[in-house]
Amino acid sequence: MCLAIPAEVTELLPDGMARVSLDGVGKVVSVALVEDVAVGDYVVIHVGYALTKIDPEEARHTLALLAELAAAPAEGVP
Amino acid sequence: MSPKAYRRRLDIKNGRVDLSHGSGGRAMAQLIADVFHEALDNEWLRQGNDQAAFDVGAGRMVMTTDGYVISPLFFPGGDIGSLAVHGTVNDVAMAGARPLYLSASFIIEEGFPFADLKRIADSMGEAARAAGVPVVTGDTKVVERGKADGVFISTTGIGVVPAGLDLSAEKARAGDRVIVSGTLGDHGVAVMSKRQNLTFDTAIVSDSAALHELVAAMVAAAGSGLRVMRDPTRGGLAATLNELAQQSKVGFRIDEDALPVKPEVAAACELLGLDPLYVANEGKLVAIVAPEAAAVVLAAMRAHPHGRDAAVVGEAVVDDHRFVQMTTAFGGGRIVDWLSGEQLPRIC
Amino acid sequence: MKYVNEYRDGRLARSLAETITRIADPAKHYHFMEFCGGHTHAISRYGIEDLLPANVRMIHGPGCPVCVLPVGRIDAAIALAERPEVTLCTYGDLMRVPGSHGTSLLRAKAAGADIRMVYSTLDAIGIAEAEPERQVVFFAIGFETTTPPTALAIRLAAQKKLSNFSVFCNHVLTPSAIQNILESPDVRSLGTVRIDGFIGPAHVSTVIGTEPYNFFAEEFAKPVVVAGFEPLDVMQAILMLIAQVNDGRHEVENQYVRAVTPGGNARAKAEVAEIFELRKSFEWRGLGMVPYSGLRLKEAYAAFDAERRFGIDYVPARDNPACECGAILRGVKKPVDCKLFGTVCTPETPMGSCMVSAEGACAAHWTYGRFRDHARRKAS
Repeated sequence: MCLAIPAEVTELLPDGMARVSLDGVGKVVSVALVEDVAVGDYVVIHVGYALTKIDPEEARHTLALLAELAAAPAEGVP
Repeated sequence: MSPKAYRRRLDIKNGRVDLSHGSGGRAMAQLIADVFHEALDNEWLRQGNDQAAFDVGAGRMVMTTDGYVISPLFFPGGDIGSLAVHGTVNDVAMAGARPLYLSASFIIEEGFPFADLKRIADSMGEAARAAGVPVVTGDTKVVERGKADGVFISTTGIGVVPAGLDLSAEKARAGDRVIVSGTLGDHGVAVMSKRQNLTFDTAIVSDSAALHELVAAMVAAAGSGLRVMRDPTRGGLAATLNELAQQSKVGFRIDEDALPVKPEVAAACELLGLDPLYVANEGKLVAIVAPEAAAVVLAAMRAHPHGRDAAVVGEAVVDDHRFVQMTTAFGGGRIVDWLSGEQLPRIC
Repeated sequence: MKYVNEYRDGRLARSLAETITRIADPAKHYHFMEFCGGHTHAISRYGIEDLLPANVRMIHGPGCPVCVLPVGRIDAAIALAERPEVTLCTYGDLMRVPGSHGTSLLRAKAAGADIRMVYSTLDAIGIAEAEPERQVVFFAIGFETTTPPTALAIRLAAQKKLSNFSVFCNHVLTPSAIQNILESPDVRSLGTVRIDGFIGPAHVSTVIGTEPYNFFAEEFAKPVVVAGFEPLDVMQAILMLIAQVNDGRHEVENQYVRAVTPGGNARAKAEVAEIFELRKSFEWRGLGMVPYSGLRLKEAYAAFDAERRFGIDYVPARDNPACECGAILRGVKKPVDCKLFGTVCTPETPMGSCMVSAEGACAAHWTYGRFRDHARRKAS
């Protein structure tokens, strides 16, 4: 359910709109539902609306954890 | 019918097609002369007959016909005119044949701007000249406003298959390799990017192209090592492999990691909830090739501009259920089924 | 695709699968329900089932808004679209969903109804502005993720004083459905279905946060792990659930920390609260009437409520009695247990809710996974 995809904000537009880019594919979406959106942020897009920002720190953390889990012995699973 | 009979040329810039342009009178003759004959010019059209007469060489003839209805009529990388040439040339070429001649029939909606019609006819002429396959006969009809969507084009193509070559959809055997000639989904995504309500910007252009020279290179390289070729248009690679699986009574196993897909096409598909395997191509082919011929066919394809990104993506397998299965990039397995209904953008 | 491709790494997946196999207690069976169709889709699309040990079974829940929309609501939308003054705007997903007597929006469109597919609620607003002589109705479906965009469109229409725009609201709530499943006799008293934990929704949770799931963890003593929709997200969540079961814990954990916070998106929740209120109950295809599980427009926005504007009467319609969707949605049965599966019921001619959308349990199994049935049959 709820197909959504992270895309980078490339330009803020009037009326709560913004241009986002996903690997060179550009689209104008509404960012009215998310506070403090800035150019360079990654936002999760669903039906033409940004729903939330991606937290880059947490994203890195999850990837590090995944790498650790993949390498981990039986102990040390969260 | 000499164009000199008319005092004033059509007002291509501002004029529109009206019902008189399909009624068989002077207006129709002028439309044909000023737009179509000028764009498509060749010795057969110049003869002004209702048919074209030509000699054919030895060999088996192939014939194909196709209707073109596309929205929008102009899209990044092409338009309905060039598409009508490429699509029919490719359908002839997929038999391993050398395409010789095309016919074209236009159904035009009343009110359609001359300028757009001329742009389409010019593009068609250019595509035909580039391919070396002339449009030697044609027809024009005009229908009332609302009874067509701008313009529809039907083209028929004929060609000749070299002696000894017999490609056919029932010839795939377990162990044969599946080769695609390049990146998947470019055409469908380019067209969709310009559809109303879906507008997104992308540098992706349609792959619309005539593939007969690529095919000639493949035939020269492998000859009877080629089992069957098909261009994966509507329904994409998924539809083509499912058709061939049924017709050849085999299954296919493809490898997701091996499928060539441009990052922008993958991104646009993610955005719309589509799968590049099901998106249309207009300048790509799928070849099922005997295992021992795969390397030489691949090399011949990669040496040609239209086959630069060619890749072996899988093989035919024994399967009573005729499944097309895929090893996902993730390491699991899945079916690549027929498309259910239309490929529609999804929210979930 | 940044924040996407990293979470689809096949090599990492295989190592993660080994870790899962290692920590899963061979003496135990683990039954986890992924509530969301998004997770069902990821599991099927990437073949995750092939990477899991045999004692870890995934049960596909009812979290697909297209699947759970009852036939009667589709019938009502078709009736609306057939009114000469109405232009019905809808997401592409709904076009092929069957109503009663073999109807669908696609067929109604072919018969002359003015039905247009939109990508966003803003497109529907645009149509209403461009064509003031038409009554533009937006056919709204979806969970908490899709509701804020509808709320914003209604507020925009109010600001623009659009008198020809309204919404046929079918928005539903995730926690109510999870509660319904947990309280169903199969799960709670009969014990015919074991659910040892839930993978919680990804994008629903970006809006509502992780807090609403605390109730399930406590009241029903079930672990919940909110997870992203990429395949590695799903596998990590499975690992986290196994760890909770092994430890005898039942907590709400968040795997999707890059996009989900405990409180969710306050602004989006406020937009929804401004426009919508709870319905006393709402019918879910496969689950029946679920109390306080659907939304409707508040009195203040009644002018934009298609149900009031056009006096839509809801007439419940019956599903095919042989259809096992209800049991499949609750995890009691598998798609192949249904007599209709793959015979009269296929994605081309769906009979029940689980087959109508690519995310439904039956459609996902048919489209991606049915080769396993033949392999299994052959093996046995």
